[in-house]
Amino acid sequence: MFNKSTHDIAASFSRRGVLAATAGLMLGLASLTGAKAADDTIKVGVLHSLSGTMAISETTLKDTILFLIDEQNKKGGVLGKKLEAVVVDPASNWPLFAEKARELITKNKVSVVFGCWTSVSRKSVLPVFKELNSILFYPVQYEGEESERNVFYTGAAPNQQAIPAVDYLMKDEKVKRWVLAGTDYVYPRTTNKILEAYLKSKGVAQEDIMINYTPFGHSDWQTIVADIKKFGSAGKKTAVVSTINGDANVPFYKELGNQGIKAKDIPVVAFSVGEEELAGIDTKPLVGHLAAWNYFQSIKSPENEKFIKAWQAYTKNPKRVTNDPMEAHVIGFDMWVKAVEKVKSTDPDKVIDALPGTEAKNLTGGTSKMLPNHHITKPVFIGEIKGNGQFDVVWKTPSLVPGDAWSKELDGSKDLIGDWVGKKCGNFNTKSNKCLGSGS
Amino acid sequence: MFLIAFALPAFAGPFEDAVAKFANDDFSDTEEAIGVIAGSGSKLAFPIINALQDGRLMADPDSKKVYVTDADGKSIDAATGEAVASVPDSASAVRLNNRLRRSVDAALGSLTLQSPDLGTRLQAAQSVFKSHEETALEAVDAALAKEANKSVKAALTEARAAILLFKSDATEVEKLEAVATLKARGDQDALALLTGMGDQPASVTKAAASAIGSIQNSLAVWSMVQNAWYGLSLGSVLLLAAIGLAITFGVMGVINMAHGEMVMIGAYTTFVVQEVIRTRYPGLFDYSLLIAVPLAFLVAGAIGVLIERSIIRFLYGRPLETLLATWGLSLVLQQAVRTMFGPTNREVGNPSWMSGAFELGQITITYNRLWILLFTLAVFAILLAMLRYTALGLEMRAVTQNRRMAASMGIATSRVDALTFGLGSGIAGIAGVALSQIDNVSPNLGQSYIIDSFMVVVFGGVGNLWGTLVGAFTLGIANKFLEPVAGAVLGKIAILVLIILFIQKRPRGLFALKGRAVEA
Repeated sequence: MFNKSTHDIAASFSRRGVLAATAGLMLGLASLTGAKAADDTIKVGVLHSLSGTMAISETTLKDTILFLIDEQNKKGGVLGKKLEAVVVDPASNWPLFAEKARELITKNKVSVVFGCWTSVSRKSVLPVFKELNSILFYPVQYEGEESERNVFYTGAAPNQQAIPAVDYLMKDEKVKRWVLAGTDYVYPRTTNKILEAYLKSKGVAQEDIMINYTPFGHSDWQTIVADIKKFGSAGKKTAVVSTINGDANVPFYKELGNQGIKAKDIPVVAFSVGEEELAGIDTKPLVGHLAAWNYFQSIKSPENEKFIKAWQAYTKNPKRVTNDPMEAHVIGFDMWVKAVEKVKSTDPDKVIDALPGTEAKNLTGGTSKMLPNHHITKPVFIGEIKGNGQFDVVWKTPSLVPGDAWSKELDGSKDLIGDWVGKKCGNFNTKSNKCLGSGS
Repeated sequence: MFLIAFALPAFAGPFEDAVAKFANDDFSDTEEAIGVIAGSGSKLAFPIINALQDGRLMADPDSKKVYVTDADGKSIDAATGEAVASVPDSASAVRLNNRLRRSVDAALGSLTLQSPDLGTRLQAAQSVFKSHEETALEAVDAALAKEANKSVKAALTEARAAILLFKSDATEVEKLEAVATLKARGDQDALALLTGMGDQPASVTKAAASAIGSIQNSLAVWSMVQNAWYGLSLGSVLLLAAIGLAITFGVMGVINMAHGEMVMIGAYTTFVVQEVIRTRYPGLFDYSLLIAVPLAFLVAGAIGVLIERSIIRFLYGRPLETLLATWGLSLVLQQAVRTMFGPTNREVGNPSWMSGAFELGQITITYNRLWILLFTLAVFAILLAMLRYTALGLEMRAVTQNRRMAASMGIATSRVDALTFGLGSGIAGIAGVALSQIDNVSPNLGQSYIIDSFMVVVFGGVGNLWGTLVGAFTLGIANKFLEPVAGAVLGKIAILVLIILFIQKRPRGLFALKGRAVEA
């Protein structure tokens, strides 16, 4: 950020002289203080942590939205107005997310917010978005079991990531024994509950499932890796399904590599490891371990190649990687722009009603659609880690998978659907034909 | 059949058809091709499959031609073996997935069983053991007849046993022998084969059950040894992280919340050193850590002196303010590193001597953990010697024991304060070099160690380096014996509860300082 604006100012010096530079500086200051001239721009809130533990993942998403706004403004903005980003830093602090969301909506009067990464941050801003009736686009894969009127979920629900990945291992790798390893918080716990129910429905016995939780930032994986090795030597093909989060992955994979667990013996399929996370490790010992996502940087499609080129040019870094949550923001942003242009207004009620049914091209060559439950359709890819830190797609779903807000595998939620078009309800029980109402 | 293919390679036979299948970019076609080629007996089989394993087998989807390339840019046509001038641009490496990698290993295994190189033969025998496919039996028998080396012979016998165990038409005697061989091997792989062998004659099942029992018993003993080793290793990491704090907090009494950030700065120094080496002197990579150790000490130490001179010296005797000031400082340092190096993890490579593992009996000891343990003990010994035998060490002890007295003896106490704080910080920096080998190099690196470090120092007894040593290893071993029983999360909580109870009983830790120094 800082580097970029100084660079711009320096460029103006050489081009148009001091006056222009001063004007540019003043413009810059104006946008920093939140812009007085509010009428001729549409404001877009960006609610991603730029400091603290989650900065590692969320900073890129902030840059992505700034990039998308930049591109849209080059095309003339939306409804004839320029878009203007309002960036706040909730500093990986969950209650601060709610405060900053309130600030964005009431003080900065943003029309839409793109933000959050962890489920706990999303849960903390939910009441604010409901109360003030605004729109949040949430770009990260999550545990499901939620459908809110004010939130649009552009990341994967469990049936768009976890279930297809397990299916792949079962069919293609003939896996019979499962280690479900995760960090101890809501996303891994719920996902593993869904997976356990799913595996049992496929005839996997209880003794063939090992569930293991570790604290955030766990760094000593010796015992767990040895346990996995032991669990894997029961004469049945074993795989690890990893919902290990963020930072803990690097020491985990290092330990796997050092203890000589190769992907061809015990493959690990991860739901939170993407190109960004691999940037911090030497991936040669990890070749063949898997990740399930709805997007990989290595996927060859004209849209993707164009996007990567523009992104690397925008960030002035020819090595800058792209990842799945970034694509989710690309799709979400595009859908929002289309919905706003359709109703010719940024009024939240109108846009919320216009969004379901909106289609947007995803970067892998398909067209995603916003569903009545506020989730989108996505393709699912299984990629193997390559020696250069990228993924090689070895399998994909034949068509786009619609996201389920409520898992069909869990007893508590299998009869529920989210439908904000016909039923106007986020948790409609199809058995009793009743809307359970608020308190998702 | 293969004679024709061999003698007249120009005609399209099953071998050529199989080679052409590589160009289809379809995993099942590739698998089929591997099977046919490995069984073809062609002398091209080994180079083709070897190239496939290394990603050097190039296939052109347009012309369906397949090429074997080698590292120095020469290539041959895989179907004919003739040299070609260049591989067309449209060709790309044949892709593999895990299933295919296993087939490739199995195929290469039976192809290289009689290789002149001892290591290759051993590896081949081991991969046949792993894949234990019936088709390899002939090759194993042939190799066994010729093999002279003892360890390869043992590996071959085990591979043969593994094959026979799964062969449906093997005799009962052969199978019983196989079970006995695997029982003698006695490791987890043998256990996996025995538990997964499926339906067998009653006598074999019985023998297998007793073999499984005896292997499991011996593995249970080994797992205790393993836990103890893991405990020592975790203890050494705790000690390494805490040892700097044992000086700044333990000896000087400064509640230094920015201690973790000194560790982080050490790790980033390693990253910078490796970056420079990677771009300028790639040959020195294996020495990068040795170069990083003194640099990390100097960088972190200098920052430590700076912090002491600019902040901490105004706060001596005011623990609450120190706590807040150093806490704020830790956030400043984190954000500074985040701005300079970016929020994402930085890659710090493992030199070759720190990668991999070796087997000791039935446990796996990884080199990086072993080196860290030795390194920690060395740092500890040097520090101890320094405090005991050098003039600076003497002054440090004098100042911390009785500041006024030391000052009246002519010691420049403020200079000693700065140097002591710098020493503690510098050692934290060295810890960062080692921790960069097992953990993330990110701005948050230090945060995850600060709580553990305080725990170790308080548990061991403030002001006592030996206490820190014993405390670290006790906590490490206790943690690793609790973890398999209680799980990682509960294990950590249990340790915390135990420490709280312990501190209630002995507020001054394991090794309390006695005498007048305590009151000072």
